[in-house]
Amino acid sequence: MNPIGRVVTLFCAVLILVPGPAFGLSETFKENIYDTGKLKPIDSQLKVKTGDPAPDFTLPSITGEKVTLSQYRGKKNVVISFVPAAWTPVCSDQWPGYNIVKDLFDQNDAILLGITVDNIPTLYAWTKQMGASLWFPVLSDFWPHGAVADAYGVLRTDGVSERALFIIDRQGIIRSINVSDINVRPDLAYCAAELEKLNQ
Amino acid sequence: MRWKICEVMVMVLLVMVFFDGVSVANQPPPEGGVLPKFELPVPETAKHRQYLGLDQKTVFSIPDIEAEVVIIEIFSMYCPHCQREAPTVNKMFQKLEADPKTKGKIKLIGIGVGNSDFEIDYFRKTYDVPFPLFSDGDFAIHRLLGEVRTPYFIGIRILPDGSHRVFYSKLGGSEDAGKLLQDLLSQSGL
Repeated sequence: MNPIGRVVTLFCAVLILVPGPAFGLSETFKENIYDTGKLKPIDSQLKVKTGDPAPDFTLPSITGEKVTLSQYRGKKNVVISFVPAAWTPVCSDQWPGYNIVKDLFDQNDAILLGITVDNIPTLYAWTKQMGASLWFPVLSDFWPHGAVADAYGVLRTDGVSERALFIIDRQGIIRSINVSDINVRPDLAYCAAELEKLNQ
Repeated sequence: MRWKICEVMVMVLLVMVFFDGVSVANQPPPEGGVLPKFELPVPETAKHRQYLGLDQKTVFSIPDIEAEVVIIEIFSMYCPHCQREAPTVNKMFQKLEADPKTKGKIKLIGIGVGNSDFEIDYFRKTYDVPFPLFSDGDFAIHRLLGEVRTPYFIGIRILPDGSHRVFYSKLGGSEDAGKLLQDLLSQSGL
């Protein structure tokens, strides 16, 4: 092999051997998390904006029920949490964190809807691995694949969704949108502040 | 021969450029070794400042804590395992404070990796955590500590000359506060 070829080969070997960031991953998931490496931060274009009516949808949940967004109209504020995929590093901790802040949602008369593009059996196994039942509905946007994520403009070109939060008021109007870097978990303080604004 | 030297130099340069600012393979603190250098802000609450013996400072390093042994729990508000074990770690703290042989000598703190101050406060409030918790929102300390999974416990012996030694560095806790404490302190030399 020529010298340049050897340099390239050596460099690639180093790339392969260097581990990706661990994101403070919980031991709960043992070795079952697939390391996606660092991804393009955002890979979609929003199709809605604050002030728009939230596109309605009906999706199956892991409990077997179907959940329709408009069933909360006039009753509760809604936070939609899109996470990209089951069994991946940041997503696997995000919802367990939300699982201990039910009171934050209750105080603000809000419900949380968790959505991924995974199918129901995958979501069932993944959330079961989290160790405690999640208090909020976990919905599958698997088929037609990513249709809800696409309606909101958060479906990435590889078929998973962005890591995004949509805060929707009781009238079904989008009041805040946070599409974060897919590699980074959004600060819970954002949700708390936006939910408080809805009640002012 | 000259080509080989050039290859190595090019390789080193490429790696330096590519990984500039990126954490590369730090290892967890080894037992028998020392902690990497990092500082934490002195707690705002007087109770926690007093507990750690840090009244005169604004930031501190672990060996600055007034103790013979410091136990650090690396945790995350988002970690189900840490959530489940929070009551056990609280009990461990209470045992340390209730025993005259350990009170004042062994101190316990938590560092929430990837957690903001808001998230740390939420964890503290949810589990009524009585010992000081610190946020590591940008994972800077987590990277220094080898990006360990959570919960992870580190035991540090602070020696009279101000130096220190890591005597315990392990992943995972226990649902039994007594057993966790026994495991943690068996190699402390106290």
